[in-house]
Amino acid sequence: MSAISTSSSAGDAARTPERPKRRSFLRLLLRNRLAGLGLVVLAAIVAIAILAPILPLADPNATAPANRLLPPLSEGHLLGTDELGRDLLSRLVWGTRLSLFMGVAATLVAALLGSTIGLVAGYFGGRLDNALMRSIDMLMAFPYILLALAIVAVLGPGLLNALYAVAIVNIPFFARNIRGVTVGLSHKDFVEAARLSGMGHGRILVSEVLPNVMPVIVITMSTTVGWMILETAGLSFLGLGSQPPQADLGSILGEGRKVMLTAPHVTTIAGITIFLLVMSINLVGDGVRDALDPRLSAGALARPAPVTRIARAKNADDAAPPEGSPALAVRRLSTRFEVGERIYRAVNDVSFTIRRGECLGLVGESGSGKSVTALSLLGLVPSPPGVIRAGRVWREGEDVLSLSREKLRALRGGRVSYIFQDPLTTLHPLFTVGDQLVEAIRAHRPASHAEAWTQAVALLDRVRIPAAADRAEALPHELSGGMRQRVAIAMALANEPDLIIADEPTTALDVTVQAQILALLDELRRESGLALLFITHDFGVVSQLCDRVAVMYAGKIVEEGPTQAVLEAPAHPYTRLLIACVPILGSGKRALDAIPGLPPAVDRLPDGCAFAPRCPRATAACKEGEIPPVSVADRRSARCLYAGEVMRAATEGSAA
Amino acid sequence: MNASTAPILETSGLGKTFGGGRTLLGARKPQVHAVRDVTLAVAPGETLGVVGESGCGKSTLARMLVGLVPPTSGTIALDGQALTDAAKAGPRAFGRTIQYVFQDPTSALNPRKTIRQILEAPLIHLIEADAPARERRVAELMDIVSLRPEFLERYPHEFSGGQAQRIGIARALAAEPRIVVLDEPVSALDVSVQAQVLNLLSDLRTRLGLTYLFISHDLAVVEAIAERVAVMYFGRVVETGPVDEVFRAPRHPYTRLLLSSAPAIGARAEASDAPQAELPDPTRPPPGCAFAGRCPNVRDDCRTAPPPLVPMGRGRAAACLHPLPAEGADGPA
Ligand SMILES: Nc1ncnc2c1ncn2[C@@H]1O[C@H](COP(=O)(O)OP(=O)(O)O)[C@@H](O)[C@H]1O
Ligand code: SF4
Ligand code: SF4
Ligand SMILES: [Mg+2]
Repeated sequence: MSAISTSSSAGDAARTPERPKRRSFLRLLLRNRLAGLGLVVLAAIVAIAILAPILPLADPNATAPANRLLPPLSEGHLLGTDELGRDLLSRLVWGTRLSLFMGVAATLVAALLGSTIGLVAGYFGGRLDNALMRSIDMLMAFPYILLALAIVAVLGPGLLNALYAVAIVNIPFFARNIRGVTVGLSHKDFVEAARLSGMGHGRILVSEVLPNVMPVIVITMSTTVGWMILETAGLSFLGLGSQPPQADLGSILGEGRKVMLTAPHVTTIAGITIFLLVMSINLVGDGVRDALDPRLSAGALARPAPVTRIARAKNADDAAPPEGSPALAVRRLSTRFEVGERIYRAVNDVSFTIRRGECLGLVGESGSGKSVTALSLLGLVPSPPGVIRAGRVWREGEDVLSLSREKLRALRGGRVSYIFQDPLTTLHPLFTVGDQLVEAIRAHRPASHAEAWTQAVALLDRVRIPAAADRAEALPHELSGGMRQRVAIAMALANEPDLIIADEPTTALDVTVQAQILALLDELRRESGLALLFITHDFGVVSQLCDRVAVMYAGKIVEEGPTQAVLEAPAHPYTRLLIACVPILGSGKRALDAIPGLPPAVDRLPDGCAFAPRCPRATAACKEGEIPPVSVADRRSARCLYAGEVMRAATEGSAA
Repeated sequence: MNASTAPILETSGLGKTFGGGRTLLGARKPQVHAVRDVTLAVAPGETLGVVGESGCGKSTLARMLVGLVPPTSGTIALDGQALTDAAKAGPRAFGRTIQYVFQDPTSALNPRKTIRQILEAPLIHLIEADAPARERRVAELMDIVSLRPEFLERYPHEFSGGQAQRIGIARALAAEPRIVVLDEPVSALDVSVQAQVLNLLSDLRTRLGLTYLFISHDLAVVEAIAERVAVMYFGRVVETGPVDEVFRAPRHPYTRLLLSSAPAIGARAEASDAPQAELPDPTRPPPGCAFAGRCPNVRDDCRTAPPPLVPMGRGRAAACLHPLPAEGADGPA
């Protein structure tokens, strides 16, 4: 989705960039209730552990055989004592302190070594990467607790050795995660830009790549520290970690095990403490991961509804079905994205009609609302945050937006189909194109696989794919971009639609391939009387293919009419300027007529005409009130107070 | 050739092969000849446009010129001085003379750095400017690309595409290079912003006496900004010459196909008569002319060896055995 641009009257160059409100990390974290709970518990545990030296606790290692195995709530020993008569509360607090310290230290060591390996392997790639990652794989081939045991067996038991063992065992997690991210980053242009700025590889790794990898390191740390505490505790439990009299949670548990039958409270209390500690750390860790993951903070993982939310105000003037029986008639459609307090008016009071067999071009700059318009027609805008707030989409006397879900689903890919800019969004990478066509056919009508396959091959033939029967066996990635787009067109044709909505279907293609696809669409449309809504940012393409054109700006259609008439004598200043700033082949070397400034942000539209800040003709009247479309000729209208004059000036200009 | 027209940038037989070598098991890995035998010369103050379809080697050529990709064969000379060990020198050796502007303006800016840090990097590492000199130069650069100085403390995500591309241009100009390689600098921008940036670029070229190598798939954009053009197909330059002449009367059939495919206002879509065969498989290039599979003029001799780029008069050259008729001529040459 394109970035949301901001409004300004000055040029693009002078416009003040928007400072997006960064959602505070803590707020993101606390939004997750479990993480909040974990944080409270963890904070309490950490505070107690840190304050251990100044808390009024008994000496954890002072033995008192007379007081051995006192139950909890005994006088002077809140949690009782262990088999040597040591105060359990004090031992637990000091043990937690040690376990925490061990876990954090092991995490830091693993993060430092693992991230370094991952960064170096990912950045330099090639043989170094191969060698490093193969060794990491070897490390991972062992079950990790066995590996830790083996390491301690070699190094000998002891606190520090247990720490090393746990750290080594966890290095692969860091190395793999960090390498993955680094590989992606080191192919980014900004890394090459840093090289062009004269930086060496070491400096680039530290000052360009590392800051971008840091969030991943933090996430990996926060999600592994709990396990590392558990693993060190495990080693101590087996007597391989902390050595008596010093105790961490693991060794307290281990000691308690010996007296489990006579004094179960020792193990129970130690077990509960370990559970609380690790649980709270993991809850916080998951919370940190979710809060730092940009996809989650953008709300992208909220599952979109199958149909756009429709909450339309009662509106009298769009209620009557259109005259005649057009392929599609859109009346006063408004689609908004409602994100918190912000409302993005992506599509604002849009009306147009496509007659049967007609091709309407929808032209505009990125962010003008073309795609949202196209997706709104069959309720395909993701909700949340999308909401259709007004308008009707008429087809065969019915309002599509009032149809039941089943009818809507039957319409999609049936009588109305879509073609997108990137055919890979609609093609599954692991199935042959023939199978996918069969699937598309059988989703809408009963047919045996063999019948459907014959039709699939016929469809591929129809979109002029050479050797169609062979190509049907191909996987999407085995085809070139142009061939894939032909397959996407074949999919769109599968169920004999009468309307195809094509959203920038040729933008990603080379000009020679684009010319072929445009010619194909034009032929198909004439052959089978298809209506076409063709979305593009390119007037050249519109003039090749479309009977009529609608120009969008800031969510509104600002001008609509027959292609030739609009191109020859635009009635809206925006149309005129947009046409003028496209370089035309054959006019030689020259300065271009740029439009100053940028389109406004659709969450902060100015009053009156949205184009006024950039319009050379703007007057005070332009900045007040809604500007309705005015008819300037037969089936031609424009949303401009001076549409008639603009059009007349253009006619005279071109005649002169 | 006199001193004033001695080329500032020259390549000779430049080529780049990716892949190749053997796998651990000794099998040959496929080789792709991304660029083959490119010989070009750009005069100071000139803009050379490079056009061609995706995958034809434009970007690889550009990246070799700035040292991001070491060439497999051939030489590059800047200012008459051959960069003999170009393969080892890397961008640091080139950076003060030749710089690069990326296609995608936002991905070329590190999201975690302020604009000031981004602009200072070349000043620190390429020309080792001291702090006051950097301060001055950074302010000057912002002025050159018409951005307000207070933007310096902002981060890249706060800028629109057009603004980000201005920052990319400022960074390229920081160390005062004399040549700038622009790789599709306006393709990612909206048309209205595209015109703003193109105008800025031509203005800077005159003001700072720069030389451009301007890569684009859009012929109309190249026509608006360049004096000469090189058309690339399948890794080779197939036609060069003054832009207006090449576009008015192409000699290579591929150039003509490109020109007739460009969508133009007022033209209707027509089923192109060119066969729909696509680019040849780059790992198994055909022995002769790579365009033979799509060429309406193809004859038997086209399929034997790749046709060399031969002069065709008036500063023009084309790599075709049966070129299209010259302007004014009425029969096939
Ligand atoms: N999921 C979304 N959440 C918030 N805003 C969106 C979303 N999708 C689109 N928009 C906004 O809606 C407006 C119109 O976008 P779009 O229809 O994609 O424009 P176009 O297709 O003309 O480039 C833009 O301002 C865009 O940022
Ligand atoms: S209404 Fe006014 S500001 Fe808007 S396009 Fe027309 S003249 Fe320009
Ligand atoms: S050499 Fe032959 S095949 Fe190649 S472009 Fe010329 S005529 Fe066509
Ligand atoms: Mg779009």
